[in-house]
Amino acid sequence: MLSYWRQYLAISPFYLIFIAFSFFPVFYSLYLAFQRYDGLGTKQFVGLQQFEFLWNDPVFWLSIRNTLVIWVLSTVPTLFGALVLATLLHSVRRFKGFYRIALYVPNVTSIVAVAIFFGAVFSNNFGLVNAILGTVGISPVPWLSNPWLIKLVIGLLMTWMWTGYNMIIYLAGLQAIPQSVYEAAKMDGAGPVRTFFQITIPIMRPIILFTVIVSTINGLQSFSEPQVLFASNAANANLGGPGQAGLTTLLYFYQSSFLDNDYGYGAAIVWAFFVLIIVLVVINWRIVQRGSKS
Amino acid sequence: MTAAATTRPATGARWLRRPKGLTAHIFLILAVLISVFPFVWTIVMATNTTSDIYKSPPKLTFGSHLLENIRHVLDTIDFFGSMLNTVIVACATTVLVLFVDSLAAFAFAKFDFPGRKMLFGTLLVFMMLPLQLAVLPQFILMSEIGWVGMLKALVWPALSNAFGIFWLRQYIENGVPDELLDAARIDGAGFFRQYWNIALPMIRPALSFLAIYAFVNAWNDYVWPLIVLTNPDHVTLQLELAQLNVGHNTDYSMVMAGVLMASIPLVVVFAVFARGFIAGATEGAVQGS
Repeated sequence: MLSYWRQYLAISPFYLIFIAFSFFPVFYSLYLAFQRYDGLGTKQFVGLQQFEFLWNDPVFWLSIRNTLVIWVLSTVPTLFGALVLATLLHSVRRFKGFYRIALYVPNVTSIVAVAIFFGAVFSNNFGLVNAILGTVGISPVPWLSNPWLIKLVIGLLMTWMWTGYNMIIYLAGLQAIPQSVYEAAKMDGAGPVRTFFQITIPIMRPIILFTVIVSTINGLQSFSEPQVLFASNAANANLGGPGQAGLTTLLYFYQSSFLDNDYGYGAAIVWAFFVLIIVLVVINWRIVQRGSKS
Repeated sequence: MTAAATTRPATGARWLRRPKGLTAHIFLILAVLISVFPFVWTIVMATNTTSDIYKSPPKLTFGSHLLENIRHVLDTIDFFGSMLNTVIVACATTVLVLFVDSLAAFAFAKFDFPGRKMLFGTLLVFMMLPLQLAVLPQFILMSEIGWVGMLKALVWPALSNAFGIFWLRQYIENGVPDELLDAARIDGAGFFRQYWNIALPMIRPALSFLAIYAFVNAWNDYVWPLIVLTNPDHVTLQLELAQLNVGHNTDYSMVMAGVLMASIPLVVVFAVFARGFIAGATEGAVQGS
């Protein structure tokens, strides 16, 4: 053991930081979920009370519904669009590098900048979208006050940010498929559509699974988008926009923990949310895997 | 191939391929337009007055009010102060991530020691967990040690991300030959010499990818600074930017000038390093699957 001191020394800076800022906090938040604690007074053990309250809390379930709707509205078009774009990009010879960079650039811009931009463009009164609709005689659409349209705008925003990222990953997968497979399919008389569904998709399954899982984990964590879009000020009780239609679970977690200083409840929300993520990842995993058998 | 080219179906196929390639280009260009439109429209808004944009139909061309809008931004928020804070945080995070992660990744990639599998496995498990699980205790910890409102509260938690180690380890395993390290060992080079003189120079592409990744993440971070930076003197750019957007009678031209000013540095960095960055990103993602 002693003869390995150099290796342990080499990994120790990371592990010390990791234990202090990740390992210990994750378990501590589980401990907090069973306490009542406002950050100042003493902690009081309350058992499953927080979770009981959570189970009966309509705002929590509203936030879960909001999160799931936004997740579906962003993930489905993102992954489908990314697969189509990657296939197109794979088929062309020229300007490949340009397309890759131009389509990836939304992913490196900041969420705050993008959310402000979408807020301006979809603004109910003066936004560009309504102004253009106005020129063809359509009356203004309440993008940022209708509960469904709010989610649609957030979904569009996330789709715009993440399609390029997923496209790059699919493209790498497509490039790894040996050309001989396609030549063999062509010899057997398979057309482009059949080749796509019977060769490309099955070979790409592990990569599609990877993107589905990453998108599930990322997509369910939407927080900054509604927070920036609807943050009038910290004292605003109506967090998440009109009718709290943009109140995602993480936004509710933020509200409970840092605005209401209810640390125990905040911890319960984030752990319940974590269970939801696991359930959805497993379901997605099953769906994509089952497809491989049929 | 030459034989096929002489037959009629092949010439037919070649004739067909041209319009097919053209459709692909048309769709890709459409996608590029959607992808860059927000940047263009941000500039359009930032160079006009808000009332010009509010007109129906709105003004769709660049205007001449950019300097005025920029001045307005500088009057409203402490743009350069917050930018300096962001630069400090992003640079400190990047340098420390590179050092801490590469050192650990080198030990994991090239040496066997008791507990190696267990320690590395823990990292993999924690990479799957949503970061938000740790946020609340991190904040409590920061208030216990008196770091709330300070910039160092942003740097240290950012270093506890395992992605860099995971990613560099794979790169070192394949990219640094064992023979080279053995030869160095015979010449009397110890662990840290092998790390500094052999491994580090050989993994430069991986390090530059990780550098940009860490820098961009630190630059764009919003949630954690929002929670922990309570001191108005130590605010980062993203927080100031969000602050611009608050209020009912938003001066959108001014806000978009701010968005533009905050986005340009990052887009320039990305444009310069894009090729290496994208290649690096795919390498990690595809291997990670």
